[in-house]
Amino acid sequence: MRAFEYHSPDSLEQTLTLLAGPGQAQPLAGGTDLLPQLREGRRPADRVIDLKRVPELNALTYDPARGLWVGAAVACYRLCHDPAVIQHYPGVVDGAHVIGAVQIQFRATVGGNLCNASPAADSIPALIVHTAVCHIAGPAGARTLPVEAFCVGPGRTALAPGEILVAVSVPPPAPHFGAHYLRFIPRNEMDIAVVGAAAAVTLAADGRSFVAARVALGAVAATPLLVPEAGAYLAGRPVTAETIAEAARLAQAAARPIDDVRGTAAFRRHLSAVLTRRALERAVERARA
Amino acid sequence: MSAMTHVQTTLNGEAVEFLCEPRQSLLEVLRETLGLTGAKEGCNNGNCGACNVLIDGALVNACLVLAVEVQGRTLTTIEGIAPPGGLHPLQRQFLEHAALQCGFCTPGFIVAAKALLDRTPRPSELEVRQWLAGNLCRCTGYDRIVRAVLAAAEEAQT
Repeated sequence: MRAFEYHSPDSLEQTLTLLAGPGQAQPLAGGTDLLPQLREGRRPADRVIDLKRVPELNALTYDPARGLWVGAAVACYRLCHDPAVIQHYPGVVDGAHVIGAVQIQFRATVGGNLCNASPAADSIPALIVHTAVCHIAGPAGARTLPVEAFCVGPGRTALAPGEILVAVSVPPPAPHFGAHYLRFIPRNEMDIAVVGAAAAVTLAADGRSFVAARVALGAVAATPLLVPEAGAYLAGRPVTAETIAEAARLAQAAARPIDDVRGTAAFRRHLSAVLTRRALERAVERARA
Repeated sequence: MSAMTHVQTTLNGEAVEFLCEPRQSLLEVLRETLGLTGAKEGCNNGNCGACNVLIDGALVNACLVLAVEVQGRTLTTIEGIAPPGGLHPLQRQFLEHAALQCGFCTPGFIVAAKALLDRTPRPSELEVRQWLAGNLCRCTGYDRIVRAVLAAAEEAQT
């Protein structure tokens, strides 16, 4: 590994000062992506800035009125074992808990999953259907961005130079809300998604029609992909096998997959429909529960 | 080129300090600076689990941690698992069940299994298999390892 300086600031202000310095700075949260990338020379670093002592980046709070706040340096293990997260955001847990084995879970963060910006990132489709928001700090001040706008290409994010992802917030779930994320991998566990699909639904009080819905796909485009047409189609329609099948067809039509070592584009298009249907069915079950 | 950093930590119950470069992994410092060669370098990218250690009780791959990150933390390595003059139930049951062949992955499995039993004293077979999914063994086929962990859990209860 090429030599670099290491800093462990204990405030956001200090972190931003260190990020703004000369040369290349790399924020370090869990390091499960960053360290191999540094080792292989795939990311340049003059300074590595450890975020694990910055309070805002390590906060994990839930409030029934304001929702969930996940600091960008909160490890997946902590997130997925938090009783409020398990109770109110099972869709978020679906995505975050399949990122690697337990050794990775203790280190890897949802913030890092976003900043690594893999098209196949497991936590992102679930955050998208949950209408999550990225909280960004930088030299020009703070701003927010819908999570679906954060990744702009493989390995590339909307962060400007000197900016940092502070946290992801997730609004409180509406009554009769349910969400789910699932993926296809050729083995049982420990793999990268061939396709991932997330769905969130808000049902009418009788559970028989969709008030609102969101569908997002992973690993079928250059970034995790919101499919607004699927949600727009379902809103106001009855919950039936036919309406769910049509939403799945719309998701399939929105997919823009490529052939690669993990699967062909044709197989990924097929999976997009199947997984969207299953994600919607499970989200409906949860919304009715 | 880069200045050495002074790090103070608690390692297997004792206060330890060392000098390292920021770019050095915890695994490198454990093995090459501190002489603790129980944690193994298998893949050096977080896939195999052979370098598993505990930081403040959390199970991590030491190859994916910078040594400078453990300032003020409490570390447990395979060398700190056994009570003085004896064996940890996991170590005893790995021997009883012949849960190793070449032995390269064994320290990682035992540290990982300890992290499981610390949280879940009586895990199911499924829980053991899921928890150990990040530890690779190319010799045993895993079955004896899983049986050894279940037996160690039982032994610890009696």
